[in-house]
Amino acid sequence: MKTNYDLLVIGGGPAGAIAAKTAAEAGLSVCLIEKRPAIGTPVRCAEGIGKDLLKEFIEPDERWISADIERAKIIAPNGTAIHLEQDQAGNEVGYILDRKVFDRELVWQAAEAGSDVAVKTRAVAPIMERGAVKGARVISCGAARNIGADAVIAADGVESKFARWAGIDTTVPLREMMSCAQYLMTDIPIDPASTDFYLGNEIAPQGYAWVFPKGERTANVGIGIPGSKNRDGGRARDYLDRFVAKAFPGGKVIECIVGGVSVCRPLSCTVADGLMVVGDAARVVDPVTGGGIYNAMFTGRLAGTVVAACVSAGDCSKDALMQYDEGWRTSHMGRLLERNYKVKEFFINLSDPQLNALAESIASIDLHEFTVMALIKELIKRNPKMLFELKGLKDSLS
Amino acid sequence: MLNINRDVCGYCGACVAVCPEGALELIDAYLSVEGDCIGCGICARACPLGALEVVHED
Ligand SMILES: Cc1cc2nc3c(=O)[nH]c(=O)nc-3n(C[C@H](O)[C@H](O)[C@H](O)COP(=O)(O)OP(=O)(O)OC[C@H]3O[C@@H](n4cnc5c(N)ncnc54)[C@H](O)[C@@H]3O)c2cc1C
Ligand code: SF4
Ligand code: SF4
Repeated sequence: MKTNYDLLVIGGGPAGAIAAKTAAEAGLSVCLIEKRPAIGTPVRCAEGIGKDLLKEFIEPDERWISADIERAKIIAPNGTAIHLEQDQAGNEVGYILDRKVFDRELVWQAAEAGSDVAVKTRAVAPIMERGAVKGARVISCGAARNIGADAVIAADGVESKFARWAGIDTTVPLREMMSCAQYLMTDIPIDPASTDFYLGNEIAPQGYAWVFPKGERTANVGIGIPGSKNRDGGRARDYLDRFVAKAFPGGKVIECIVGGVSVCRPLSCTVADGLMVVGDAARVVDPVTGGGIYNAMFTGRLAGTVVAACVSAGDCSKDALMQYDEGWRTSHMGRLLERNYKVKEFFINLSDPQLNALAESIASIDLHEFTVMALIKELIKRNPKMLFELKGLKDSLS
Repeated sequence: MLNINRDVCGYCGACVAVCPEGALELIDAYLSVEGDCIGCGICARACPLGALEVVHED
């Protein structure tokens, strides 16, 4: 580790790794720091990603793909199932990764591209010069040191503190923090080619349970509910235990995972003088699916590209870095985030009978024929009692 | 005062993200609470496991 770089990246998840790789390939001197002693563990993820989305960044490799998914199933509270085949489910089906290996591969590629990497090295404060971020104070294996940089990318995940220290409020509202628990289970009867989602107040109030296969009889079985729904005796872990006792009574738990997923709107601004915020730290998780791997890589790459140009031009001011903020916001990903935020707000307010009614209508519709808007109109026609709610959704999306 | 039950905590960061004071931090392998904690209990609500508890001393 040197004392000065063009770019310092904080966090060795997918966002940070892709940012470091992109910037290093563009010729910057880069240092990526990760506070944990090992990249990728403990895992905090159900590990699903759309195939085409993944391929935008890396060639699929069997070393870190646990399962190839062909279909998805959404199960309403009364058991009505909506079946989605690959062409309909789009990015809801894809690969189930092995993130311990995948995250390492991404960091390895960043290193290969020329980036320095330091683990067990935690940023504890920004170095500020005339209001601009100019690196970070870090504790590396117990020793305090300074790392200077023309710009810093905060890729520090859901627990992000760096942007906050530099003046950007990153607090997630309690009701928009999905509190999650997941078991990696084995010896359970599953469809190894289907990702299944279970809805309902009993199973997961305002959230859902998921079964993501990792092999013939192995899967990530998890649950997420808003933090505001946690009660003593009724926390995410308790809901998971109840779900598992019913669905997979003979299963064996070989890994226990907990996590938080933000489903709020993204940060209102993701840049400051000398600073860019990417991935979960920027709160760019899809509010409907809870998927954040792709968005992390997308924002990481864009930030890496923009910062390379800014460092070369000798201007890493907020104005110059704004190109990154505007870039992701106006991208397809940015627009999808806004749309799905509204869709999420609609869904969390539905009762079980309403979810059942919608599922029954959708199960009998040929989804090939509909755009989102046409589907909503069709649902209004079939569920006149929900006119008010559905019209609200339609208006918010148009 | 905030009690962290490290035997229960799964090191996930959900609590860190909802703390309005930025008083919590995941060090490399454990959670710690700093002086700015106002005892509001929001973090304890967010925890999937129930590892946090605000204790009022009077
Ligand atoms: C239960 C659960 C299920 C999920 N399922 C899916 C899914 O199926 N599909 C999907 O796409 N997404 C899923 N997600 C979301 C996905 O895991 C994240 O969106 C993704 O990991 C974000 O990547 P990131 O690089 O932004 O952050 P992270 O992967 O969290 O990486 C951030 C890194 O920064 C490090 N760090 C933090 N602070 C510092 C510091 N001060 N100094 C140094 N390093 C620091 C952390 O240790 C961490 O390694 C799920 C999340 C959870 C919790
Ligand atoms: S009690 Fe409130 S202030 Fe204290 S750590 Fe928890 S959320 Fe932060
Ligand atoms: S939310 Fe709970 S499990 Fe997660 S880090 Fe905080 S105390 Fe630990």
